[in-house]
Amino acid sequence: MELAEFLLENRAEVTRLIGQHVSLVLLSTVLACAVGIPAGLVMTRSHWFEKAGLGFANVVQTIPSLALFGFLIPVPAIGGIGARTAIVAMVLYALLPIVRNTYAGIRGVEESVLEAGRGLGLTPSQLMWHIQIPLSLDVIMAGVRVAAITSVGVATIAAAIGAGGLGMYIFRGVASVNSTLILAGAVPAALMALMVDFALGRLEVHLRRHKRS
Amino acid sequence: MNPAIDLLDVFFQRENRKIISNFSLRIDYGEICVLLGRSGCGKTTVLKLINRLLEPARGEIRVDGRSTKEWDPIQLKRHIGYVIQEVGLFPHMTVGANLGLLLKLERWEAERIDQRVKELLEMIGLEPQQFGKRYPSELSGGQRQRVGVARALALDPPILLMDEPFGALDPLTRQEIQAEFLALQGRLKKTVVLVTHDLREALLLGTRIVLLREGRIAALGTPQELLSSRDVEIMQYLKPLRDVHVL
Repeated sequence: MELAEFLLENRAEVTRLIGQHVSLVLLSTVLACAVGIPAGLVMTRSHWFEKAGLGFANVVQTIPSLALFGFLIPVPAIGGIGARTAIVAMVLYALLPIVRNTYAGIRGVEESVLEAGRGLGLTPSQLMWHIQIPLSLDVIMAGVRVAAITSVGVATIAAAIGAGGLGMYIFRGVASVNSTLILAGAVPAALMALMVDFALGRLEVHLRRHKRS
Repeated sequence: MNPAIDLLDVFFQRENRKIISNFSLRIDYGEICVLLGRSGCGKTTVLKLINRLLEPARGEIRVDGRSTKEWDPIQLKRHIGYVIQEVGLFPHMTVGANLGLLLKLERWEAERIDQRVKELLEMIGLEPQQFGKRYPSELSGGQRQRVGVARALALDPPILLMDEPFGALDPLTRQEIQAEFLALQGRLKKTVVLVTHDLREALLLGTRIVLLREGRIAALGTPQELLSSRDVEIMQYLKPLRDVHVL
């Protein structure tokens, strides 16, 4: 097994690249949540924001990731070569599933439950915090899961603009036509995506308990 | 003395279609006023106008002698219990949390909330230790409906609005809960406005029945008055029941 040999020989570098990869994914997903969940909530309240928000997130999603990195490089303040630009791009990518699921989750709360809440005299914000958000957590989490898995993939491309991560091996391997090197980047990245999927999937199932009346 | 609820020449329309017109009705303290009519006759609209889930286009609604426009809308809703057919229990909260939510929002102390929740569960005949911790999905239809009523009564509101509260239950459970409700009302003496399309339920529960047709009051009276009426419209509505009785 050339791959196992390679990983073992270079374990210090492999560990460093995995660390970079994880930080990229973690940071961008957390930031995307911080922006995307409130945005999704506001969209359920404002008709204008509803159209603008979904439109924006959809447009971003259609831009190929390599092109998005390219677009961002010349942008002052957030652009340039390095991890910062990569994180901005990854956040933009992660936004759509999070915004869309937050919006859909809140919208999907059963009307009779809302009607009862309003009739009992809950204010709109009490309804949001005590009823709508807790009842959409599983749907929101499903969006976060999709965002995180996508981010693991997008992060491999981030190496192209000097952000590091497992993409380094893949790009280096492609350039030198070395399949062991490509796999050294691709296999750990794929495993990481599977692990994220599994862990967040469990969390989602846990949040779904007791949901149906 | 002021009536508990006073509707004065109320109009309500949606998309230029009149739902309620010229609607005037006084409801006194302690009565069970049943709004009876077919689907789409506007009976649910009347309920929602009383607790301001809907606003009238014209006319005035007074609760405890005060126009609902002068009430703070949240205070008004907490002053009036509200029960709907689908119950709408909060599925992510235990029965105890469902019953205690409003009390928590009213900043009651935890101990007092626990005490009140226990009282409410005992009131509807559910063992507090056992049922307080259950989730709505772990209750039978009848138990859910009982909890819905108890939740509406948590803050001890003087007025209770009920929209087809027993409509989704099987006939046997419905009879059981109707009887329980009558016994409960005998003790609590709330002012109840109950919407139903079930004539039998109206006759059983109502101290007064308001027959609605196309957003207007077609007839109004005690169950006895309605039963002995010679009015064509009333007789038409009563006919199915009479036929059943003959059988």
